[in-house]
Amino acid sequence: MTLKPKQKRVKNPSKSGRPPKSARKLINLKPKKESLLSMHRDMLLIRRFEEKAGQLYGMGKIGGFCHLYIGQEAVVVGLQSVNEARDSIVTSYRDHGHMLACGMEPSGVMSELTGRAVGYSKGKGGSMHMFSREKNFYGGHGIVGAQVPIGAGLGFAHKYKSDGGVAMTYLGDGAANQGQVYETFNMAALWKLPVIFIIENNQYAMGTSTPRSTAGTDLCERGAAYGIIGKQVDGMDVLAVREAGIEAINHARSGKGPYILEMKTYRYRGHSMSDPAKYRTREEVDAMRKQHDPIDHLRDLLLREGIKEAVLKQQDTEIKKIISNATDLALDAPEPTSDELYTDILIEIAE
Amino acid sequence: MSHEIKMPALSPTMTEGILSKWLVKLGDKICSGDVIAEIETDKATMEVEAIEDGIITKLVVEEGTQSVAVGTVIAIISTDDDNEEIAIDKNDTNAEETPKISKGGAPKTQSEAAPKQTHGTKEIFSSPLINWDGPMKNMTVREALRDAMAEEMRGDNKIFIMGEEVAEYQGAYKVTQGLLEEFGEQRVIDTPITEHGFTGLAVGAAFGDLRPIVEFMTFNFSMQAIDQIINSAAKTLYMSGGQMGCPIVFRGPNGAASRVAAQHSQCFASWYAHCPGLKVVSPWSAADAKGLLKSAIRDPNPVIFLENEVMYGQSFDVPDTDEWLVPLGKGNIVKEGNDVTIVAFSIMVGKALEAAEELSKKGIDAEVIDLRTLRPLDIDLIVQSVKKTNRLISCEEGFPFSGIGAELGMQVNENAFDYLDAPIMRVTGKDVPMPYAANLEALTLPQSHDVVKAALKACYVEEDI
Repeated sequence: MTLKPKQKRVKNPSKSGRPPKSARKLINLKPKKESLLSMHRDMLLIRRFEEKAGQLYGMGKIGGFCHLYIGQEAVVVGLQSVNEARDSIVTSYRDHGHMLACGMEPSGVMSELTGRAVGYSKGKGGSMHMFSREKNFYGGHGIVGAQVPIGAGLGFAHKYKSDGGVAMTYLGDGAANQGQVYETFNMAALWKLPVIFIIENNQYAMGTSTPRSTAGTDLCERGAAYGIIGKQVDGMDVLAVREAGIEAINHARSGKGPYILEMKTYRYRGHSMSDPAKYRTREEVDAMRKQHDPIDHLRDLLLREGIKEAVLKQQDTEIKKIISNATDLALDAPEPTSDELYTDILIEIAE
Repeated sequence: MSHEIKMPALSPTMTEGILSKWLVKLGDKICSGDVIAEIETDKATMEVEAIEDGIITKLVVEEGTQSVAVGTVIAIISTDDDNEEIAIDKNDTNAEETPKISKGGAPKTQSEAAPKQTHGTKEIFSSPLINWDGPMKNMTVREALRDAMAEEMRGDNKIFIMGEEVAEYQGAYKVTQGLLEEFGEQRVIDTPITEHGFTGLAVGAAFGDLRPIVEFMTFNFSMQAIDQIINSAAKTLYMSGGQMGCPIVFRGPNGAASRVAAQHSQCFASWYAHCPGLKVVSPWSAADAKGLLKSAIRDPNPVIFLENEVMYGQSFDVPDTDEWLVPLGKGNIVKEGNDVTIVAFSIMVGKALEAAEELSKKGIDAEVIDLRTLRPLDIDLIVQSVKKTNRLISCEEGFPFSGIGAELGMQVNENAFDYLDAPIMRVTGKDVPMPYAANLEALTLPQSHDVVKAALKACYVEEDI
């Protein structure tokens, strides 16, 4: 595989490919050191969180399915660094990273993973089903592709209410072969909905590699028939993600309709915790880790920019503490009480 | 040689229509394929084409005539193959041969060819839950549903309707007639034929704080979208620990229409009622259709609203007010009685009422309950009734296996076993995919005489007497 970013344009409305002036006004294209540091912190938080979740799974503290985001951190962190609080986010079941990047509490997420009452879904949703109205995070959806029309619906609501919001709709390379995705592309383009479809192409739909499952592996082209602009981005490079995000968000927010970002990325772990990952070689994974790790990449850049080791070390220490506290809470907190079994099935109406 | 042109059936459920306009006049020469008249059916205004060449010798039914039954002779043409002198009948001299039908309406005898539509008469229909002393207005179920949506949409800008042909076409079954004109294309939205997609999109819009009404052209097509209904709409509140409500109504015709065969004729009551997180409603009368749909739209939960195509054109008295609400989860005793409880919903309520009338002639006083809502089920009302009558008959058009009747039987078993004097009986559609042939279709659908038969059996009355 290649990670050399291909700047593919299915349809190019602007001449230079550079973000329009309005976008540059809104967001500083060249991030300041603080925002680079902040992205480094966010990626590291996700990495450490997921490592801990993997450990807890091994200890039997987390049950069921648990899909780790390790390796893909740059995608959600890069995009979250350029969107706004009014935007909504929806994704699939590989969702822990998205929640943390949205600013949801690590302790609330970890407690949900351990099935505790203080989890984001009171312990009733688990790894794949968490939500935060406060942070405009709309899940966490366990059925491959189901979140795609839902994302378009969130975009529809933004447009209907004229609130200027954009619906950031994440899907994987596997979901890109689901039928409802194309039903959604059609409607999103037809109605010019403010939606960004972010295809996190981590090369494997569970155990089936993209070339084995997909005719036409450049997923950024999947919107061509609907006139949706698609761009392929190096999803291991948080700055490339950020830059592509600015352009896509600006496009959608200005009323021009949907945009597809294909993020070429890689997950280091198996599809889920029970996946032995026999479908790829150890060497392939190691090469990716060594040569393309998104956190190492940004760390090198920060050091070159003159950030001191000690600053990064301190970040790491702080994150370890956050994760440790979150884990303690997630293990000590009580399970939901048995009367929670029958709550939240329907909203009761006050007579 | 003369040929009769008859009132055509232009939809599966059309039994009569309005002859809106003649586009030909006496003496006109017409060719096969020429448009000769406009006819308004229960769904739309259609053009009628000539199927033979000839000369119009008589227009039997006047333009503007209402209720012309399918099969009525509307015109006579003469074919000129044999060079006969064509007698153009300007003075209605053939009146005895083909009776002239005036605007007053077609003679009822003409409608025998068409399937008989059944519904309870006004005398039988007495609803204790219509606590309404004000004026009533007679309207069809179709109009009642439209009014419910229009009234609610006037009161809340977050409500919108989307579906196939809901806007410009005015609804495949005319239920959304006039909504586009009043509310505009932002709120009355024609979708592509893309059930899975637009259902998911509407669920997302509901999460995004809007209140969508999704029309399925028929509920058969909701199967394309059932993942989004069950997994996304129904379960997310629970999976989010109560954060993510999904205020959405899925509505459209459910059950058998007429002669559209297996893929277009089935009842989804039991399918959806099976799932926690949904409310499932299926009205019979126009008053309930209106009051329940308004409640469904106001409800903060996902509601499956199962209508019936055959019922759309039937008229009932409806309270003439914008504030007519029927609560979800409450059944209705549409006829009181002491000997046997007949429980039904949707179109089967009319058939149950007919059965009750028939049973009364045999000295059996049946109580008829319209469930109205299937989930949550008003089990208290049923148990109360069974405690009085000691017998239960459940009626539904759907398949028997794991049907609503199976659930009713079990719940009554659990709650009123000691009160039962006879086994619980169910009257259902047959356990087969719906056949096309008219005779087989009739055998498949439960009729009032099946209800009578079941009730007699439950009352241990020999049928012959």
